Amino acid sequence: MTFVDDSSPQIAPVGDGALLVTFGTVISPAINRRVLALVAALEAEPLDGSAELVPGYASLLVYYDCLQLGYDQVEAWVRQRLAALEFQPAGPARRVEIQVHYGGEYGPDLPYVAHAHGLTPADVIRLHSQRDYPVYMMGFTPGFPYLGEMDPLLATPRLSTPRSRVPAGSVGIAGEQTGIYPLDSPGGWRIIGWTPQRLFDPHRQPPFLLAPGDLVRFIPVV
Amino acid sequence: MSLQVLSPGFLTTIQDPGRFGYQRFGVPPSGAMDWFALHAANHLVGNSPAAAGLEFTLQAPELAAEEDCLVAAAGCGFDLWIAGRWVGLWMAARVRRGEVIQFGARPEGGWGYLSVAGGVDTPLVLGSRSTYLRAGLGGLQGRALAAGDRLPIGALTGGDPFTRVGAYLVPRARPGYGSPVELSVVPGPQDQAFSPHGQAVFFSSTYRVSPTSDRSGYRLTGERITHQNSADLLSEGMAHGAVQVPADGQPIVMMSDRPTTGGYPKIATLARASLPLLAQCQPGSGEVRFRPVSVQDAQAAYRRLLVQVEEGISYGED
Repeated sequence: MTFVDDSSPQIAPVGDGALLVTFGTVISPAINRRVLALVAALEAEPLDGSAELVPGYASLLVYYDCLQLGYDQVEAWVRQRLAALEFQPAGPARRVEIQVHYGGEYGPDLPYVAHAHGLTPADVIRLHSQRDYPVYMMGFTPGFPYLGEMDPLLATPRLSTPRSRVPAGSVGIAGEQTGIYPLDSPGGWRIIGWTPQRLFDPHRQPPFLLAPGDLVRFIPVV
Repeated sequence: MSLQVLSPGFLTTIQDPGRFGYQRFGVPPSGAMDWFALHAANHLVGNSPAAAGLEFTLQAPELAAEEDCLVAAAGCGFDLWIAGRWVGLWMAARVRRGEVIQFGARPEGGWGYLSVAGGVDTPLVLGSRSTYLRAGLGGLQGRALAAGDRLPIGALTGGDPFTRVGAYLVPRARPGYGSPVELSVVPGPQDQAFSPHGQAVFFSSTYRVSPTSDRSGYRLTGERITHQNSADLLSEGMAHGAVQVPADGQPIVMMSDRPTTGGYPKIATLARASLPLLAQCQPGSGEVRFRPVSVQDAQAAYRRLLVQVEEGISYGED
């Protein structure tokens, strides 16, 4: 798909119960903010029969109940809210601090990441924890946040052979991405630390520590 | 009231229509692979469409009733037997206290469903009883059934359930299960990411369901679907039935336990009415073809299936 202008989103049907609004084709904080502003705008004036909203980096999947709504009604609702978007001031983002034990048994790949870039482990910790990372979207496993880019100095390729088990709470690096494993799972990211905070607990209210649009700040535990 | 699990089968889980509202946090909806079969089984025993039942495949469970209850089985690949009496599928039947519920396997295979009047009454997790094994969510402690489990059955609210004994969903009211099968798809949302040749190949070829298919996705093998440029896309929300095509040109149809987001272009999305047909296609041998339909036609086909369940129940006169 090509876009003449990223300010005019494309809308396309997705099967018989959803539509996709695409704002652009690159990862950008500004585009992602428009996606999340549309989520807020649609939720502020919901349509009977509209269902889940699933934001991506630069898109929004809008589910609806086709027993209650036709496609044209949903598209008209979305277009009307899009048109009003420019006048909607963005609310302040929620900032969530995540305590991280870096290195040692908690972060077995910290020495490798430091060595690969000619840094000390302390440099890596400082660079990783000195900026706020926006949560662009969530996916992969329940509670997994796709976070904004790291300092390019820290970019490190994935493990050539993924680990069969990465413990829940592990903080990792893959390319310029950083992320946190919410559940024990196989994984190929370079693990530099671990947080005791639970990203997902279905029996807690709210079940998720993070939501799209939040800002994450890693706080080194010393 | 509860059912006792004498033998768990191969992969028997508790499923309802699905866990909705949490996809933005990365939680897959899960739910029955063949939504129609669970819906019909629930309807036959007088349950709400939201009620949970059992889903099984390859090897069915064996259960014992602790009290009299009303059950119905549906789907493909199995026949219901109660205390040694053949019942078959799509029929409501009484199980007396102490009797054993068993299934005979049919060669065509597929997913079977069992609904019990009152519904399987395990705790709701994020609004649903569906089991999502990878995260240990829902169902019975987030896992498949095991021998010795007791399945709690909900209290009956709609009066005497046994007036429904013998209720039967006539064959013409069911989806046209089989193989090869034609699946209706709405083109897009990224059909333009494929070359004209790639799009033509997709709509004119027969694809086989790969043995590596599972509850998260059905992998298809066949003639390669070529992309226009790149096979990469920014990760975005992925709907049930989305047909995504990675760089190797072999389509994957996203099913109940799919990841909520994905980064490959989607050439088309299955109509809801076609999801049961694909779900019941045997991995390893089932064959499918794709036919483009409009959004409106796909929605009409879905409504038609729901009406068929309402109107296709016979009490022995058919």
